[in-house]
Amino acid sequence: MLVDALTLQLGYNATLVAVGAALLGISAGVTGTFLFLRKRALVADAISHATLPGVGLAFIVMVALGGDGRNLVGLMLGSAASAWIGLLCVQAIVRRTRLAEDSAIGAVLSVFFGFGIVLLTVIQTMSSGRQAGLDGLLLGSTAGMLRQDAIVIAVGGALTLALVMLLRRPMTLVAFDAEYARSIGVEPARVDMMTMGLVLAVTVVGLKIVGLILIVALLIIPPVTARFWTERSERVVAYAAVIGGVSGFVGAAISASAPALPTGPIIVLTCFTLFVASLFLAPRRGVLAAYLHHRQFQQRVHVRQGLLALAQQQPVYEPLTIRLLARDGLARRDGVPTDAGRARAARALRDEHRWQIVQTLPEYEAVSGLYDGLRDIETVLTADQIAQIDGIIGGPREMPA
Amino acid sequence: MSGAEFVPLSLTPILIGIFTAVACALPGNFLVLRKQALIGDAISHVVLPGIVVAFLVTGTVAAWPMMVGAAVAAVVAVVLIEAIRRLGRIETGAAMGVVFTSMFAGGVLLLERSDTSTVHLDVEHALMGNLESLIWLDADGWHSLLDPVALAGLPPELPRIFVTMVAVAVLIWVFWRPLKISTFDEGFAQGVGIRTGALGMALVIVSAVAAVAAFDAVGSIIVIAMFICPPAAARLMTNRLEMQVAWSVVFAVISAVLGYVFAGYGPLWFGGVNAVSAAGMIATTSGVILLVTVLFGPCRSRTGAPSEG
Amino acid sequence: MTHLELATDDGHTLRQSTVETSPLAIRGLTVSYGEKPAVFSVDATFRDGSMTAIIGPNGAGKSTLLKAALGVIRPLSGTVTVYGKPLAGQRQRIAYVPQRASVDWDFPTRVVDVVLMGLYRQLGLLGRAGATHRAKALACLERVGMADFANRQIGQLSGGQQQRVFLARALAQDADLYLLDEPFAGVDAATEKAIIDVLKTLKAEGKTVVAVHHDLATVAEYFDRVFLINVRKVAEGPVGEAFNAENLQKAYGGRLAMAQIENLQLTAG
Repeated sequence: MLVDALTLQLGYNATLVAVGAALLGISAGVTGTFLFLRKRALVADAISHATLPGVGLAFIVMVALGGDGRNLVGLMLGSAASAWIGLLCVQAIVRRTRLAEDSAIGAVLSVFFGFGIVLLTVIQTMSSGRQAGLDGLLLGSTAGMLRQDAIVIAVGGALTLALVMLLRRPMTLVAFDAEYARSIGVEPARVDMMTMGLVLAVTVVGLKIVGLILIVALLIIPPVTARFWTERSERVVAYAAVIGGVSGFVGAAISASAPALPTGPIIVLTCFTLFVASLFLAPRRGVLAAYLHHRQFQQRVHVRQGLLALAQQQPVYEPLTIRLLARDGLARRDGVPTDAGRARAARALRDEHRWQIVQTLPEYEAVSGLYDGLRDIETVLTADQIAQIDGIIGGPREMPA
Repeated sequence: MSGAEFVPLSLTPILIGIFTAVACALPGNFLVLRKQALIGDAISHVVLPGIVVAFLVTGTVAAWPMMVGAAVAAVVAVVLIEAIRRLGRIETGAAMGVVFTSMFAGGVLLLERSDTSTVHLDVEHALMGNLESLIWLDADGWHSLLDPVALAGLPPELPRIFVTMVAVAVLIWVFWRPLKISTFDEGFAQGVGIRTGALGMALVIVSAVAAVAAFDAVGSIIVIAMFICPPAAARLMTNRLEMQVAWSVVFAVISAVLGYVFAGYGPLWFGGVNAVSAAGMIATTSGVILLVTVLFGPCRSRTGAPSEG
Repeated sequence: MTHLELATDDGHTLRQSTVETSPLAIRGLTVSYGEKPAVFSVDATFRDGSMTAIIGPNGAGKSTLLKAALGVIRPLSGTVTVYGKPLAGQRQRIAYVPQRASVDWDFPTRVVDVVLMGLYRQLGLLGRAGATHRAKALACLERVGMADFANRQIGQLSGGQQQRVFLARALAQDADLYLLDEPFAGVDAATEKAIIDVLKTLKAEGKTVVAVHHDLATVAEYFDRVFLINVRKVAEGPVGEAFNAENLQKAYGGRLAMAQIENLQLTAG
């Protein structure tokens, strides 16, 4: 069943939904990356929760006008309007008062959502309402979806992606260097609003698939996951697009393959699985790599410090330092250096002296900032330069036995 | 309205609403000042998986396992957020977004996949609560407050949230000074030996316990609204922390009472026949209070000297 | 107090007894933010009853050294003793004045409440500030010339006034060792004078003062000892000896022009 779903064999609707979810995931990944680079990730949370009153009002208005309250396009328009008002509220609170952005986001998302719930209970009691399947918009539900809704989702996903591609350049510019962007006439504040507009588009298209409570995950998790794999921002964008797209597609397919697998949570958990794998296994920033690296680094510091202490005939205070020196055959357990230890210690001390000289010479100013106690001087200076410095010191000093 | 009608139908929901609002608003003051308001958001989302797991482990919906489950979930969430922030060098907001959405999604999925048909546990309830249903059928007037038989029939949520509120208030009172010092100046607090890390975690756990006691009665939306809106509005009323906390309690009580009244009777004024969600209305009322203080609060602008000078 | 070491201020072979009497002795301290040590293998022995300036270029690890000494940052290696004992039991003897910019001055509290924070250890968890405590806080504000501001909201203070309030809070701690992180950064001349007067009074009372300091021109006037650092220790000693052109050159390297050093009119190095 799952294989059928993944290979788009579950029928026309499911296929449209899976494709729509993939397109939505790609758009969300890219949009989310710019949001993430501007450190505004959780503004999206306020925007998505603020859609609820719009959904409710749109339903009420459509019914009042004698139409079908469940018309997806109408609900999407309503949600977009109220989300935009929510965003403006967040910005007004931050600008006009002493409250910080986090309070503004939390206040707007909870109040708008609360008001939305009030409207939902109003709808519940309307004669034509009877719940109206609006709960599906909270957590995403694609089971038994209408053909026309599936088409709206697929088209909406494609349109959002096209919009993302169109706005990619100015957003990249602002994310990299807002000052530079302003200098060439790209106003960061306006581009930020465009980004928010895209967040809104992703949220609205994602209402039916992921649901408004969890859509923010699709904007946040892909860029955060991508960040573990690369240090370069333009690659973060590409990786986030792939991660978002895969999560959307696979999640929608899994959800379609069996009952009681709500689409939104499944897509989010698919994405989260990719995140967890990256958190642990990514080559440089992953937990495993970082832990090994930190231990290695700490050991280097201890050995170096121990050697310098030995060279200056000072006692070594820390047990860990002595243990590490002993492990490398540089000192005995009681802290007395071995011959190899003496030689290494003398070299370390000589390097320290060289660094001291380097730091006093104006011509080496660029290099002297690199001193951190660990760096071998050979890695930053040529043999000739070292020879010149040794000339100033008067040659490496032997350590008295 | 007569006591015979008010006491059984409205007194207990109003009291539960008030106690909930106050229990959340108290720690909310510190969350807002520490720029951790969204921890309240995160907590209210992760309460759901905590409760579901506690249910799956114990097979009951008894209060204590739920409380423990939610508190554990909150701690797990905070530890995860911190780990992601440090290990991945990811900003706090994004790290939070990853953690609470995923845990919430996990909670929803577990709930859908497990058989909870025999117990009162579903997503809608988790989001909206059901304050209106917490009525006191054994009462038939004010005199029931002195009648032990009637009192035995109080909805169990009421004593639970009351005890929680008192416990939260006592804890905040006891730890007032270290909380205040470490919120204002963390470096100095560490210098005088306050364990700021443990204190911050304790604040989160207290918030989580308040959230779960409240959640049970009123759902997660009003929880997060009460964490943030009354303290944020109070922040715009005064420049003294003591006064801010007092204002936040006042605002929380007003939100709870007016919200409940509007939800129950508001629709009647507009010709409707059915009440609307009380939890949603309480959140909405707190938002209106915040709006008023944003526009007119006497201390709404930022203070603080420029860095030079 | 017994100062047993003999003219060994170049810092190599101080005797153990000095470490035991030193208000703050640091051994082999390395602190790293990520991959690059900010402080590398630093030994420091601050003298009882002295006023020491910690100087060095930006990013040399001055504030980091203070914070690690207080246990605010966890070091990668190294030990810290306060009056010969581990830090944990000695906190009541230390007063710390963080950088002014490290806190949010929009915090809802008054000047006198900030000073009362200095009485935290005295009051304990459940103690509440009474009249005597308020009187003490006011006296501390008086010492820094801020008594008239006791009931002001802290957001209304100027930078110099903020710094004085921080100093008053430290005074309220009744400590023996005062650690100050850039107390003169961005303050007006009157505040600078007020602060240095208070610090000199502390020294006269036999207290020990250690301050991260930026302005080389005032080192000799304000302090009696210096500690020069640039990731590792450059020198430590009386101003008359250690504060010389050679050490400054070592600490600041090319970042300090020879002409600037000559302007300081130092004793020959």
